[in-house]
Amino acid sequence: MRRFSQLYRELDGSTRTSEKHAALVRYFREVDDEDGAWAVALFTGRRPKRGVPHRLMREAASEVTGVPEWLIRVCQESVGDNSETIALLLPPPAHEPDELSLAQMIESVVMPLRTMPDHEKTDVLKRRWASMPEDERYVLHKLIAGGMRVGVQQRSIARALSEVASDESVDAAVIEHRLSGVWSPTAAAFGALLAAYDDSEAGARPYPFFLASPIEDDAVESLGAPDEWIAERKWDGVRAQLIHREGLTTLWSRGDEPMTDAFPELVQLGSLFPAGTVLDGEVLAYDERPLPFTSLQKRILRKQKEVMLFDDVPVVFMVYDLLEHEHTDLRARPLRQRLELLDELLHAFEQRHGTPRHLRRSLVVPFDGWDQLTHERARSRAMNVEGLMLKRLESPYRTGRVRGDWWKWKVEPYTIDAVLVYAQLGSGKRATRFTDYTFALWDRDPGQDGAELLPFAKAYSGLSNREIEAVDAKIRASIVGKKGPVRVVEPTMVFEIAFEGLQRSDRHKAGIALRFPRMARWRTDKAIGQADTLGTLEALLPEERV
Amino acid sequence: MKPAAPRPALLRTDGIGLRCEAGGFHVDPWKPSPCAVITHAHADHARRGSHRYIAHHDSVPILRHRLGQDIVIEGRGYDEPFAMGEATVSLHPAGHVLGSAQVRVEAGGEVWVVSGDYKRDHDPTCRAFAPVACDVFITECTFGLPIYRWPEPRVVADELNAWWRDMRAQQRTCVLYAYSLGKAQRLLAHLDPSIGPIALHPAIDDITTLYRAAGVALPESVRFVKEIVKDLRGGAMVLIPPSAAGAEALAALGPVSDASASGWMRTRASRRWRSYDRGFVMSDHADWPGLLRTIEEIGAKRIGVTHGTVKPFVRYLNEKGYDAFPIDTAYNADETEGAA
Repeated sequence: MRRFSQLYRELDGSTRTSEKHAALVRYFREVDDEDGAWAVALFTGRRPKRGVPHRLMREAASEVTGVPEWLIRVCQESVGDNSETIALLLPPPAHEPDELSLAQMIESVVMPLRTMPDHEKTDVLKRRWASMPEDERYVLHKLIAGGMRVGVQQRSIARALSEVASDESVDAAVIEHRLSGVWSPTAAAFGALLAAYDDSEAGARPYPFFLASPIEDDAVESLGAPDEWIAERKWDGVRAQLIHREGLTTLWSRGDEPMTDAFPELVQLGSLFPAGTVLDGEVLAYDERPLPFTSLQKRILRKQKEVMLFDDVPVVFMVYDLLEHEHTDLRARPLRQRLELLDELLHAFEQRHGTPRHLRRSLVVPFDGWDQLTHERARSRAMNVEGLMLKRLESPYRTGRVRGDWWKWKVEPYTIDAVLVYAQLGSGKRATRFTDYTFALWDRDPGQDGAELLPFAKAYSGLSNREIEAVDAKIRASIVGKKGPVRVVEPTMVFEIAFEGLQRSDRHKAGIALRFPRMARWRTDKAIGQADTLGTLEALLPEERV
Repeated sequence: MKPAAPRPALLRTDGIGLRCEAGGFHVDPWKPSPCAVITHAHADHARRGSHRYIAHHDSVPILRHRLGQDIVIEGRGYDEPFAMGEATVSLHPAGHVLGSAQVRVEAGGEVWVVSGDYKRDHDPTCRAFAPVACDVFITECTFGLPIYRWPEPRVVADELNAWWRDMRAQQRTCVLYAYSLGKAQRLLAHLDPSIGPIALHPAIDDITTLYRAAGVALPESVRFVKEIVKDLRGGAMVLIPPSAAGAEALAALGPVSDASASGWMRTRASRRWRSYDRGFVMSDHADWPGLLRTIEEIGAKRIGVTHGTVKPFVRYLNEKGYDAFPIDTAYNADETEGAA
């Protein structure tokens, strides 16, 4: 437990990827397989179920410290994290620390907690506290209650493990693949993670994705002859590769995360292609036309246990590239050829299996001159797409974000000037500052009598730390009321709010829901009388579809 | 029987500062006063514009440096009572920074003590806090929550030097953010000069010169100016006030590791906020046990609370049987100059 707490401290205390990596490698080298396995499990979201509610922890801490519970709650507001608060409150340990390993702590202390009656849970906690230093208590609380936030993703774990593995064939992608799906933290499973790569595991792995770079309006014309390029819609989904090799079909997102469990219907689709096929495209919520991204999120977050419900959010794989055909890597071939092969493949597919329900070909947007494309881009919002993609016909499929051959030409966000009316403390490292704001628009021209501010959107991103500090200070000086955790602020500050789209919504007070609202600018030059009205926002609503 | 009419408060806020009617002065006024008794020279306690200042001898050069050489100021020693109108006033060590003082006011048979900012931990650069018996104790409570408990300064000093040694081995320059008055000199006193050169930002260097002149023993240091940056790269310790973050000369230091030393570093959210590489828990304010211990030692039943987490601290003290009340002042409880 001490070694794991040290790792936790190192990861949490560092903002450098290289340091985190080195800390993980040291840990995995030093500990036995059981403790290695549990660390992998914890950092990939496989923690034991919560054994003790926060309420009970707080009661026990109050008994041990004599600090009244109301004051512990005040501390929690200031710290922003229950596990940390209680670790900070407790007096130094009364006994020498005991030397339980991470695996022992989890298996013999944390896991049995769940089935105990409350008073026994409290007793166990108090006994543990008495023999643990502060940082170990903090980790213990995280083991019990969850919420480990140390900025380590499955990918970093995989990279560290591949360095620890003695065999060169075990690269990070192999380990990530081994970690996909159900994985139990045992010594044997940890050993298997590091074992030499075996061809029978098949390359169910994706190719590194080629990513487009953003392009500005005025740069488009300088791309050269339009006939060297194709244009496609920029779909608002999740980039993915659908892979079928040797009886194994997998779906990988751009973050090298398998999404196989979340979209069984796409895996089924992929399995119908000949072995040795890799398609590049976008997983998209789609019902005759693209649906808002939020619908797709529901599917991703839902995960495997609730697949029964998947019919309510239909998805398609919107394919736009062919990376492997009949086991041949096509990436060095020009896009022109890859697309021809893709069309042949899709044609053959339809001949055999009929029109697939969950597959669409991302159609090329025809154009003669760049002007024409500007008009096409303007239609993006109406089509629920993010803009256009421009791809050079002679380009190979490159690795990563390489400028020059693939461009994304997004539509400008909408913007509106709104007044900050409520504020709330943030969470995590923003826990001590007011970072989450609610904005309002005027219900009529602010010059008219009785004009009122109507709250319409929340936003919490877009400002620099320095700006947040300034806004925070201003908020603290102008709080006029309180509604639970929300502070009512005297309206003085105007912000330019940018957002990607909007739709009518009964769940929102102002009747409109925004997509990805964020603060584009703090308009210190504007008084609140210069903010926009709800009417301005309503005028941006897309025409109702019947 | 009618209850006795409450005595008028010896000190109360009047929009200019904490005013003593009987003595005709303010303690740490935030607006110009005819006479200002200053607890210490941090910017939120010592402001420009008063006609006359009174402070501890060691504070005088610092106040002149900060407020202007032309201010009218009298220096006083600790434990030396002097008359102010109908009141008797004396200064007592507060342990916050060099020259910091509690202000004891006696008038009409009653004794009030204003703590100013104070700490109970050891600090080689200033006199230790001395409890003074009184009827009413006005305490700060910057860190008036039970989560704030400071580690031993010695332990933190060891961590600090260990960090410096590590970084030197990695050829990184250490940049340590510290307030220019008090914290910087305290940290300097804890640094091990055998590890490498120590450079001080001019704002810190100026105050440090005043500390040395007052007889405070501190390790040798150089002034952080552009010309010497090349000698500092890859292993020096550079102390910088937070307000100078992002200065041009910093960029020339090459790879750095940066850190902050303050009481706020106790919580993860504060450590992460500025993404410092390291956060050392070292404060010039009393921690929770320090506040409670002080109130107990002083023995006053009436406790005025200001400057920090006032509301919960007042409630806590009242639940413990004290007669505690909030005092509204304009001192910053935030991470501004001098606060942590």
